[in-house]
Amino acid sequence: MDLGSINPVLLVASIMVSATPILLAAIGEMVVEKAGVLNLGVEGMMITGAVVGFAVAVTSGNPYFGFLAAAAASAVLSLSFGVLTQFLLSNQVATGLGLTLVGLGLSSLIGKPYEGMKAPPISKVHIPGLSDMPVFGKMLFSHDVMIYVSLLLVVAVWAFLKYTRAGLILRAVGESHDSAHALGYKVVTVRLMAIFFGGACAGLGGAYLSLVRVPQWTEGMTAGAGWIALAIVVFASWRAGRVLIGAYLFGGVTVLQLNLQAAGANVPVALLSASPYLITIIVLVFISARGAHGAPGSLGRSFHASH
Amino acid sequence: MISLEKRPQPSRLWTAITPIFAVVLTMVVGGLMFALLGVDPIEAVRTIFWDPLFHPQFAGFSRPQLLVKAGPLILIAIGLSIGFRAGIWNIGAEGQYIMGAICGAAAGLAFYPSESILIFPLMILCGALGGFLWAMIPAVLKTRFGTNEILVSLMLVYVAQNILISVSTGLLRNPEGMGFPGSRNFKQWDATHNAEIIAGTGMHWGVVTAFIAVIAAYVLMARHIQGFNIRLSGEAPRAARFAGVNPARIILLCLGISGVLAGMAGLFEVTGPAGQITGNFNAGYGFTAIIVAFLGRLNPFGILLAGLLMALTYIGGELAQLMLSLPGASIQLFQGMLLFFLLATDVFTNYRIRFGKREAA
Repeated sequence: MDLGSINPVLLVASIMVSATPILLAAIGEMVVEKAGVLNLGVEGMMITGAVVGFAVAVTSGNPYFGFLAAAAASAVLSLSFGVLTQFLLSNQVATGLGLTLVGLGLSSLIGKPYEGMKAPPISKVHIPGLSDMPVFGKMLFSHDVMIYVSLLLVVAVWAFLKYTRAGLILRAVGESHDSAHALGYKVVTVRLMAIFFGGACAGLGGAYLSLVRVPQWTEGMTAGAGWIALAIVVFASWRAGRVLIGAYLFGGVTVLQLNLQAAGANVPVALLSASPYLITIIVLVFISARGAHGAPGSLGRSFHASH
Repeated sequence: MISLEKRPQPSRLWTAITPIFAVVLTMVVGGLMFALLGVDPIEAVRTIFWDPLFHPQFAGFSRPQLLVKAGPLILIAIGLSIGFRAGIWNIGAEGQYIMGAICGAAAGLAFYPSESILIFPLMILCGALGGFLWAMIPAVLKTRFGTNEILVSLMLVYVAQNILISVSTGLLRNPEGMGFPGSRNFKQWDATHNAEIIAGTGMHWGVVTAFIAVIAAYVLMARHIQGFNIRLSGEAPRAARFAGVNPARIILLCLGISGVLAGMAGLFEVTGPAGQITGNFNAGYGFTAIIVAFLGRLNPFGILLAGLLMALTYIGGELAQLMLSLPGASIQLFQGMLLFFLLATDVFTNYRIRFGKREAA
């Protein structure tokens, strides 16, 4: 095994790249869950974003159009979940699973003609001064713009939930929809907006996967990333800052196991490939053993203004 | 203004007819999708739902496939439905299915080339055990630590898939297979071959087990006190606890049953239709079974019908791929839509639609 072949600068840089899809999806899902809705369709929305983003980017030659289209497509798809759970009062768990199955089917249908193609390259942002710093310049400040967008999004969500009136209403709806309704807030509208936002974020995450991280389209390429994003929200106890930590920890594990595989570590490949999932389970166990702190009170319950 | 009014009890009529409603809606929207793909929608729907059974040329081959495909779907869905009734969401049946196949196959291969008649029963037992143990991981984690069983059982699918790839290229690889990945072929080894019981019907031991499971599940859910406890835990968890139902036991029971059934389904598949352990012998039955469970209204006999219908879409989908060059993924989407429409039309079961002005709530 040759650990010397692992370059720490590239390691940190690639951790950021591998964490970003999950970070984007998880921060969106956190807002959805803060509004009291459990959308288990993250995987389906992510993979739809991945394929739509890739298709649009390849056809237009512009990766940013890809990201916009991915966000739009996944947000529209998430609205189908919104209509079913908010207006037709369907079970959120079952509907989320359905959304995932629909997304997986839809994506492989759309993606067939694009298999084996290459995504248009996305340019790195050069920040004068910061990007030229000796080690950190290459490590932290020579990335594509989406990484910074994802980090800004975390800050924005944190500030929105903590400091704005709209954020307070969203949390109230999530904590106790009956009380929020009694106070005159539009529970269904707030939730639909949250679902829409979550869908757009998941779409961006998926597109980041197919346009930057891999970068090409293969069927089923999200490989559980959406589910891991859901786990990270639990890990984070529904706090934006901890979602960031969780996503980067997870990105770290993924990159590390890939590096170990490449370096020929004396560990079975199956164990290394399965390690991100195993570690997610272990982390979930530790978090749940501590007690489910911070779960919104109305999470996963349907709201009907009849009582 | 249209508004919804909660029914005092779920409507029995609507419970029965929403699946039909959902199938029709799926056919209509699916037909539109096929039209977009440049295929005549009527012909596509006929190819998927009619030709596998009645086409003069293909039906002879595809009719037995109906049971072959429905067997594992029904078996897994029966197990899942018991858990879903109790509000226990095991969505990792695919992993339990894979682990059952691996454990059962490994038990059989250990005795190669013996022709003892005891080998096959032993393999079934080990298959059930493999699925059971894999399902016990989320079950024990949930009862001990309160860990979310949805996420754990799903993560374990990916772990199982990695194990599957590893054993099919390593531990269980056929030593006489010229280095190709994959285990020995069970079809060429009479003692372990899960062959058709009646030739030309597709009826193998897995299908028989599925039918037994349907009846057993009906007896359990409708006639046995544990079935009542399971339903009570799902519908009124607080009442269940006051009635002295131990929630941990219900979790272990439900996940245990679904693990056993999924594991057996895996074993029957690998010794029968699939023939050998390979990196991709699993055809996603564990996930489709979720649709089957819902489409069957979580009712054993409903699941029987839903499993047959879903098997039909699999076979019809393959036929449509062949004859109309319809992409294979469109069938997956078709099945997903079916679940979606079912959940959407389900609103009529629990709510009544009222036209007119909404009164103050």
